[in-house]
Amino acid sequence: MKIAVLSGKGGTGKTFVSVNLAVATQNATYIDCDVEEPNGHLFLKPEHIQANPVHTLLPDFNTDKCTGCRKCVDFCRFNALAFIKGKPKVFPEICHSCGGCVLVCPAGAVAEHGHPVGRIEHGAFGDVSVVTGVLNLGEASAVPVIRAALAEGLTGERHTVIDCPPGSGCPVLESVSASDYCVLVAEPTAFGLHNLQMVVEMVRLLKKSCGIVINKMEDPYEPLEGFCRQSGIRVLCRIPYSETLAKLNAAAQIAYEHDESSRVLFDTLLQRIEAEVKL
Amino acid sequence: MKKLLILSGKGGTGKTTTAAAFIGFAKAEAFADCDVDAPNLHLVVQMDTKPEQTTYYGSQKATIQPEKCVGCGLCANTCRFHAIRFEAGRYAVNEYACEGCGVCAYVCPQQAVTLEADIAGIQALYRGKRVFSTATLRMGRGNSGKLVAAVKTALSEAAPDKELAIIDGSPGIGCPVIASISGVDMVLIIAEPSLSGFSDLKRILKTAAILGTRTVVCVNKADVSLENTEAIEQFCEAHGIPFVGRIPYDHQASMAINVGMSLADVPCPARDALQKVYAQTMKQLQGGAA
Repeated sequence: MKIAVLSGKGGTGKTFVSVNLAVATQNATYIDCDVEEPNGHLFLKPEHIQANPVHTLLPDFNTDKCTGCRKCVDFCRFNALAFIKGKPKVFPEICHSCGGCVLVCPAGAVAEHGHPVGRIEHGAFGDVSVVTGVLNLGEASAVPVIRAALAEGLTGERHTVIDCPPGSGCPVLESVSASDYCVLVAEPTAFGLHNLQMVVEMVRLLKKSCGIVINKMEDPYEPLEGFCRQSGIRVLCRIPYSETLAKLNAAAQIAYEHDESSRVLFDTLLQRIEAEVKL
Repeated sequence: MKKLLILSGKGGTGKTTTAAAFIGFAKAEAFADCDVDAPNLHLVVQMDTKPEQTTYYGSQKATIQPEKCVGCGLCANTCRFHAIRFEAGRYAVNEYACEGCGVCAYVCPQQAVTLEADIAGIQALYRGKRVFSTATLRMGRGNSGKLVAAVKTALSEAAPDKELAIIDGSPGIGCPVIASISGVDMVLIIAEPSLSGFSDLKRILKTAAILGTRTVVCVNKADVSLENTEAIEQFCEAHGIPFVGRIPYDHQASMAINVGMSLADVPCPARDALQKVYAQTMKQLQGGAA
């Protein structure tokens, strides 16, 4: 069972839900795909961490072989190559590593080298295997690091919880594609509802089944309740706002381990998800 | 025009709530929402004009013409983005994975691949006395940094004479954030007093430093952990980053949002604290002209 946890809006509690679900599930793998700001490891504090760098490829130009024909510069659709003093030059931050310049060069003057963009950390918290993708500061594209994190974590038949980045752009899609069920965490506010509608659209396009967790619930927010009823998506559980949970969260403590009512709540949530996946 | 960008690293710390309050306090006449992946500012700034909507084209996408394709698979083997798959007896492009590099079209011996324009989002520009620029990225599309740049350009072009622009940013440190930071005068970071919030604050501060942009920091929901708030304040002091105030957790903040109001118009403790943060931030923005 591969569960993706997502929300559209940031800060609704994706990491809170993912971490506690992973702990509630026995022998699970937790994958942090929010590689721009990974936080799951702060809660799970994994041990025996092995770190591996993630690289993308950047072109190298052999100036002795280069005839200055400009074919590479003209081919590059990302404008990542400039023709300066008769030779091509790459702007690493714009390059998509498509390899086109290598292919089109008639003189064989373009080779590629690995450029580090982040790292994957793999460790363990008890029986939870913890995989964290970390994007290097100043790097623009999270996607290669997310792909590497998923490749590292999605092995064998272990139950997996994927903690997705916020939004509904390409990094989220990459994370969701790998799952077989989506848990959508929503906050009962106008912002929460608006962004939930965006991710529901995405999940439906990808033909994934899903359920909703309403987090930080104070008073019911009628437009959100109405949306859940009309869309026919099941509300898996409602987690009340509580000072206890806010304080545990602030201190990066795992609610499942410190708060009896959270333990019951996440065990129930897990059972409901398992029942949904079997449908 | 002085441009103030509001960021946070971690999501959900209160960027949009703060942006809407600042717009109210400053009676700002130019503002933008650069969180194109999950825009929300339009829900709380009451505009009395209708927006001009324009289509935003991102990278082109490859299409394989089945009648020309002979099934050699060269395109699928060469594509670095795993965007071409053999499905139902033919090769087809996954539009979400395709980055429009054109390598498949180049290698195809049958000229079966074409690159087509792709709508990657919708831009909306509200003109009038108050100018508001925003956009929505189409689901699953990349290149959000380019759309962010387009949102900012639209604002500058439509409101060249306004003294102040308030820009709501997106969470994270990647492409859209880097595009948001480019060209602004100062960044206000809304931190959350959790260990996660602190970790994310450090990453966004370093990212802004790499890009050479001035930053100031405030803490929202400060009373959730006074200990972490204290630690963040000390961290800022140690690194020479102006700390511009604390905002308490206030249930009325989400209530204001739910009825489409800015906190500037709702008397409550969070509003009073935000007003002080606003005054301190403006002092820094005006004072430190780089």
